[in-house]
Amino acid sequence: MMASTSDTTGIRIGMWIFLYSEIILFGGLFVLYAVYLYEYSELFAQGGKELNRIIGSLNTVVLLASSCTVAASITAIQRGKKGQAMACLAVSIFCGLVFVVNKYFEWGAKIHHDIYPNSATLQDGEPGLNIFFGLYYVITGLHGLHVIIGMVLLTTSLVLVHRGRITASRYAVLENSGLYWHLVDLIWIFVFPLFYLVL
Amino acid sequence: MTTAQSYLEHSSPPGRRGWKAWLLTHDHKRLGLMYLWAILFWFVLAVLLGLLMRTELMGAGRTIMGAETYSSMFTLHGVIMIFFFGIPAIPAIFGNFFLPIQLGADDVFFPRLNLLSWYLFMFGGGFAIFSLFFGDGFPDTGWTFYVPFSISSAGNVSLTVTAAFILGMSSMLTGLNFVTTFHRLRHKGMGLMKIPLFTWSLYATAWVQILATPVIAITFVLVVLERLLAIGLFEPDRGGDPLLYQHLFWMYSHPAVYIIILPAMGVISEIIPVFSRKAIFGYKGIVYSSLAIAIAGSLVWAHHMYTSGMSDVSVFVFSLLTFLVAVPSAVKVFSWVSTMYRGSIAMSPPFFLSLCFIYLFTVGGLTGLVLGAAGTDIHVHDTHFVVAHFHFVMLGGTGFAFFAALHYWWPKMFGVLYRNRPAYVGAVAAAVGFVFHFVPMLILGMQGMPRRYYDYLPQYETGNFLAGFGAYLLVFGLLLMLLNLVLSLRGRRTAPANPWGGTTLEWTVPSPPPVENFTATPEIKDFPYDFSEIVANSKK
Amino acid sequence: MESSEEHRHIVGYGQLAVVLALLLALTGVTVAVSYIDLGFLNVPAALTIATLKAALVLLFFMHLRYEGPIIRYGFITTVMFLAIMIGFTFWDVAFR
Repeated sequence: MMASTSDTTGIRIGMWIFLYSEIILFGGLFVLYAVYLYEYSELFAQGGKELNRIIGSLNTVVLLASSCTVAASITAIQRGKKGQAMACLAVSIFCGLVFVVNKYFEWGAKIHHDIYPNSATLQDGEPGLNIFFGLYYVITGLHGLHVIIGMVLLTTSLVLVHRGRITASRYAVLENSGLYWHLVDLIWIFVFPLFYLVL
Repeated sequence: MTTAQSYLEHSSPPGRRGWKAWLLTHDHKRLGLMYLWAILFWFVLAVLLGLLMRTELMGAGRTIMGAETYSSMFTLHGVIMIFFFGIPAIPAIFGNFFLPIQLGADDVFFPRLNLLSWYLFMFGGGFAIFSLFFGDGFPDTGWTFYVPFSISSAGNVSLTVTAAFILGMSSMLTGLNFVTTFHRLRHKGMGLMKIPLFTWSLYATAWVQILATPVIAITFVLVVLERLLAIGLFEPDRGGDPLLYQHLFWMYSHPAVYIIILPAMGVISEIIPVFSRKAIFGYKGIVYSSLAIAIAGSLVWAHHMYTSGMSDVSVFVFSLLTFLVAVPSAVKVFSWVSTMYRGSIAMSPPFFLSLCFIYLFTVGGLTGLVLGAAGTDIHVHDTHFVVAHFHFVMLGGTGFAFFAALHYWWPKMFGVLYRNRPAYVGAVAAAVGFVFHFVPMLILGMQGMPRRYYDYLPQYETGNFLAGFGAYLLVFGLLLMLLNLVLSLRGRRTAPANPWGGTTLEWTVPSPPPVENFTATPEIKDFPYDFSEIVANSKK
Repeated sequence: MESSEEHRHIVGYGQLAVVLALLLALTGVTVAVSYIDLGFLNVPAALTIATLKAALVLLFFMHLRYEGPIIRYGFITTVMFLAIMIGFTFWDVAFR
């Protein structure tokens, strides 16, 4: 995105390297998750039951679908179908919006039940539950931030496609935004079972 | 373009004038210089802070400052030296300047991203200064920011770790740029085993920067979140485990040690063959050992935590792994020494500083084995021995390599020659001062003097006085070398394209290099350290 | 290196749809499996399915199948580093 060169492979390598660092950024949190799951496996299962599986599953479906449409938008632009590419991107952005709105209601409900960092319920309750929800807020919060950034990138791509700045011969920006969006999906693929389905 | 136009006179992109030609430049060479001045500012500042601490310790009892000021001093000294000097110094200054040239490229792959890295570096620095004068006062946690103290400390920890976070991004983006440049812009004729060793070491470092830096980023995010929201992820009575903070911290900060030392080793691998007029011994061994150090360095983080209450199994495993790192480091030291053997040595300031590096770094490495072995570590943990050990590696190693690099590449960067005599005097003073400074600290540590206190028992007075004396000599030497270099800019003794008889590509272009680095297609040699031509010319 | 756009593999709509269908099916499986108590296999089962899903996204949506060695080996290195981060921490945690 920052290069004026026409070497698209190089640009993709740069983007992938950035994604590696993003994976490790979340990885640090997964280290904490792994250790605390080992220490508090039963309380983590109890905490997981308090999360809404239906919203969690819905969000998974929404993100997977949006990932697919982003990939489709790249196929479309490679084939020179501007309209299809824009439609696919619009669907992806809409899915992202659904995800964020769902997350908002999910967090809101939890906060309403006095479950948030340093809340009285968590302070007085089992330490393992405090850790579970602490990690839940940190990881889904950081992930949500990435969803929002990803939506901004996709919207930028949409505008650029519309203006004819992204074309069949030059689509590195779209490709890199897409890669970022897939990463967001990738992280969620692991967050979903680890928080909503721990057993 | 027929005549070479110096990068100092012509901007890239062309046509920019005045401050814009610098602050909006895409030229990796100008960015290297901009990093140079910024980093030198931080270096001198932290050196002076260190000198103040050493002055405090010269006499027992309160000399010039009290306990709290002293705590802030060592925190600032550590934070600046690690995040503002050690990690960026060689990659950001010399890496930016010479990596593209050594690869036969006209710039890094993402020039604008490179500019962004510089702005992040400056922004992080501004943030750090801001954190000193606003909010609740200086941070006093040490550069390690260990919980629970960093969460409960009244000092302005949040802003300081945010500054370090921003610097981490800058460092990571520089690594990203180097890896992409290495793979995509390398001259077509340059196979993997024709790449200069400095560039190889930067490549290995870049991967560590890319993969390890995010860990410290998330760790610092957690510190800030804990301070703001009190989640309790590291608090035992809330279910947290404070040791996990240390694991995360060292998962980055141990590899960071290799971010600091690997490029320094690369510098030495360039300088030794040039002044021995002899091909480097074990080129492939050095390349592979760079990669091996990068990998092995990521496996040993918990050797900083032997006395923190880890499991015994963990102590055993990490101690064992730590000894593995010694192997590739030793490969390099032996290669350098073997290169000099039967070489035709031409003494010069960069070569002299490289010799100091080999000696001091070896002492640092050997004392590292004392700390890597769990049994002996328990005796000297958190004493002055540890402080002396990492100064042997960081200052005796990277610091001297940094000065060696400055003296080696200064004529190329600015197109001027400096005076040799002040450089030698400064280097000797710094080396002698260094030994006086840190050898007593090794002994003090073994006698049991703990680190991070502004005062001590009477029996430690002699050692501390000697160390203080050494510190003044060391600082005199360092500042003399810097002054000599800066004054050379006025002297205007123009440097030829190849003042030392170097064989890598940067010596084939004029000093200072033209904007586009190469005016003709560079000629790639089969082996980057082939001195036959240089030797033949000198015999004429 | 200077080629403006080397011939790139295009993943067809049909293929993408199949991958999405597989991903949704696996999501269904992982939810279903979570209702069955497999004892200590609970977490490995959930993670295996998640890894399969991640592999599908990586290989097809992110075109990792069609990328060169640098991106592929870089990715493998990243995953290995992550495994070391988690695994080596357990030298401590599991033996306390």
